[in-house]
Amino acid sequence: MRSARVVITGLGAISPLGLTVSEMWQGLCAGKCGIGKITAFDPAGFPCKLAGQVPDYKIQQYVPKSHRKAVKLMCRDIELAVVAANEALTDSGLVTKGIDPENINVNPERMAINLAAGFISCDLVELAPAVAASITDGQFDIHKWGRQGLELVPPLWLLKYLPNMLACHVGIIHDIQGPSNTITCAEAGAHIAISEASQVIARGGSDIALAGGAESKVNPMNVVRQCLLKRAATENNDEPASACRPFDSTARGSVLGEGAGIVVLENLENAHTRGAKIYAELIGTGQSSSVNPVYEHLEPDGKGFRIAIEKALAEAQIEPAALDLVIPHGTGIAGDDRAEATAIEAALGRAGKNVPVWPTKSMLSNTGAASGALDVIAAVCAMTEGKIPAAKNCRNKAAGCNLNIVTKPIQKKIRYALCCSYTYGGQTAAVILSHFDAETEV
Amino acid sequence: MQRVVITGMGLVCPLGNDVETAWRAMLAGKSGMAKTTIFDASTFPSTFDAEVKEFDPAKYVKSWELHKHSARASGFVLAAAVEACRQARIDIETSRPTDGVDRARLGVYLGAGEGAVDSDVFFAALAQAWDPAKNQMDWLKWAEIASGRMDAMRELEQEPNMPAAHLAMLTGARGPMRSCLTACAASTQAVGEAMMLIRRGDADVIIAGGVHSMIHPLGLTGFNRLTALSTRNDSPQTASRPFSANRDGFVLGEGAAILILEGIGSAQKRDVEILAEVVGYGSSSDAFRVTDMHEEARGPIQAMTAALADAGITYKDVDYISTHGTSTIENDLIETKAIRAVFKDKAKSIPVSSAKSMFGHLIGAAGAAELITCVLAIRDGIVPPTMNLTEPDPQLDLDYVPNTPRRCRVDVAMKESFGFGGQNNVVIVRRYKDTD
Repeated sequence: MRSARVVITGLGAISPLGLTVSEMWQGLCAGKCGIGKITAFDPAGFPCKLAGQVPDYKIQQYVPKSHRKAVKLMCRDIELAVVAANEALTDSGLVTKGIDPENINVNPERMAINLAAGFISCDLVELAPAVAASITDGQFDIHKWGRQGLELVPPLWLLKYLPNMLACHVGIIHDIQGPSNTITCAEAGAHIAISEASQVIARGGSDIALAGGAESKVNPMNVVRQCLLKRAATENNDEPASACRPFDSTARGSVLGEGAGIVVLENLENAHTRGAKIYAELIGTGQSSSVNPVYEHLEPDGKGFRIAIEKALAEAQIEPAALDLVIPHGTGIAGDDRAEATAIEAALGRAGKNVPVWPTKSMLSNTGAASGALDVIAAVCAMTEGKIPAAKNCRNKAAGCNLNIVTKPIQKKIRYALCCSYTYGGQTAAVILSHFDAETEV
Repeated sequence: MQRVVITGMGLVCPLGNDVETAWRAMLAGKSGMAKTTIFDASTFPSTFDAEVKEFDPAKYVKSWELHKHSARASGFVLAAAVEACRQARIDIETSRPTDGVDRARLGVYLGAGEGAVDSDVFFAALAQAWDPAKNQMDWLKWAEIASGRMDAMRELEQEPNMPAAHLAMLTGARGPMRSCLTACAASTQAVGEAMMLIRRGDADVIIAGGVHSMIHPLGLTGFNRLTALSTRNDSPQTASRPFSANRDGFVLGEGAAILILEGIGSAQKRDVEILAEVVGYGSSSDAFRVTDMHEEARGPIQAMTAALADAGITYKDVDYISTHGTSTIENDLIETKAIRAVFKDKAKSIPVSSAKSMFGHLIGAAGAAELITCVLAIRDGIVPPTMNLTEPDPQLDLDYVPNTPRRCRVDVAMKESFGFGGQNNVVIVRRYKDTD
């Protein structure tokens, strides 16, 4: 069932390839790799010493004066969301309180926000002095913590790490008063957030929605977790550019990263009325679940992933062969890539071997809750430019992968693009975008 | 548009590990609060909480072996789901169920919290790797301790998407599977959005609700530092006193609540008992401050108004409000203002109460747990009391159903939940009638 049509009218991205959408797209086209040695902390003791880190930025530049004080309540995930939201809104031509309070052209009650957030790790250095004050005979002493350590924890500490604070800070800055949700479905989160936000618009709950995701996984807790789960690439610490190799026969693991991707979704009529530039239309979404006793991996036949894609195709009312581009999840973890390739091939049927498949994580790294949104933005850029850049680090396809991985850049009109994602645990999601041609509009 | 009904409920909370036990305790005005036992909180500013008691997940979940790594709270939600699925006659025990529910159209939507930090290792690693003299962390040492002592699955299970993943494993659900975490408003949002997915035709049945436990040293520390918790350490059982002039904060609870939402067509086809209908959902954000609610309750008013409009009713049709009612100075005042603004002439006569006075604040799970009490109020013609309302606050002038439950017919009940950061979600349930 589709009611109001929903289009994308603004893009914002901060990624390991740059602080803006255009830096990310140019980096992807040039085959640049955003992965490097971790500088956020000393990674010497960790089996994986690599990550995709975003270039330096000054958060104050993205926050209006009225909200400047609250910057100290922002963990890095929140900052990234604030940066990307600023670009997306500026790009869309919508003027919110946060863009220019003198020239607001939106109704705050008719704006929604739906962001995916990760499991935010607290800053260990921030807590360390409190722990240090709670030691008896070299051991952590919970009694001392309760009496004196706790007092050294900043009063508003908890508010920095609640996942919904990404949407709340962005919502306060831009005065977004409509429906607000925070999806916590790890790497599948952004696709789910974009799907749900489009449904809010379709049912009339808002005219405009900011949707996407943000996360920083470049911190000791996330790196150690990824290493313990044996998901991290640990063999290429000296060769960051080739460390992550989705769908390649030599794939040995994923590399964590950080970023934020936010799109402005808009009711088509609303976009027309204000004469907005329209990048693409969101025409299909699908979601399902991988059910696997070994739930830290995708089920081997990828059934739940296939179902999500099939649902999205059904909703979009297009044949698989109509797809011009697939951006897969492609983490570089061999077993998961294999299951994913099986699922995509099964969902696309005869078209499964032909449709160009372009994994991005070899360049963007695994940016967690942001990853699905960065892929949607990359797909929109590919549509706008009529170009699919080459995949990186997939020289020899892994056995069992029959997908058409794009190894050389392709110039062509992209009418339909599919982005899909999954997470350990099992959530799977897919979204289908359509090129928006005003002249052929029905 | 597909009507959405409730065909099963399950609850694990500080007042009992199933719906009927907890409901009887509420109608008896019992308290789920006591001294903290999960860890030694004896020197914390608050030394008590509301814990789930005598809970053994294996007793409820036959396939527990599959879920044995899961976080404490995942056990709660699995048990609640088992209870709810049994009532809704969703077969989770055979591999080829004949319950009439297509697994591709069976979804999960939870407002789910993160799992508890593995405190022993977490604090030990920090304590040993921090160099107070240099004021810096020895990451080499930290990595060594963390890598050596942290358990991979225990860490993975802390991710907030994991409780929903366990429900998919439990039930074989292949429909939409979502988790959200909008603080204290999360599970009300999950139920509201789940209803929207069924209305839209994306699923026939959704296992919806919430789960959360923040009763661990960092969780309690966080709320203590926010001065959000009651410190009435000498009297835990009367510490949660929503709308009372001498209220001093909420009592941290834990638990899980599940409602089986089902399209009317599916419920009729399967001939299952319909407990109530979900008719309205509204969501809004304050967009005001990170730390405070909007003084004039702008966001809550908008969410309540939106939920009424979605249900196609007016405030005059509502018989009972299950409040957010946390027992903090701010919430109870702002919430009262919101009810006054929306319910106008009816504000002072409609019964409104807070179950948090008895089972504490279940955070992400709170809304769904309290929504269950709305369905029970409709069923039994009785609304749960607000306990410990001993000292009326002159600024709070509504009918809070003080200290004893009240018999009254309830056809329409409103559940409201407000979260940190200005998240407001409202769901409306109605007595089911098949001739609408």
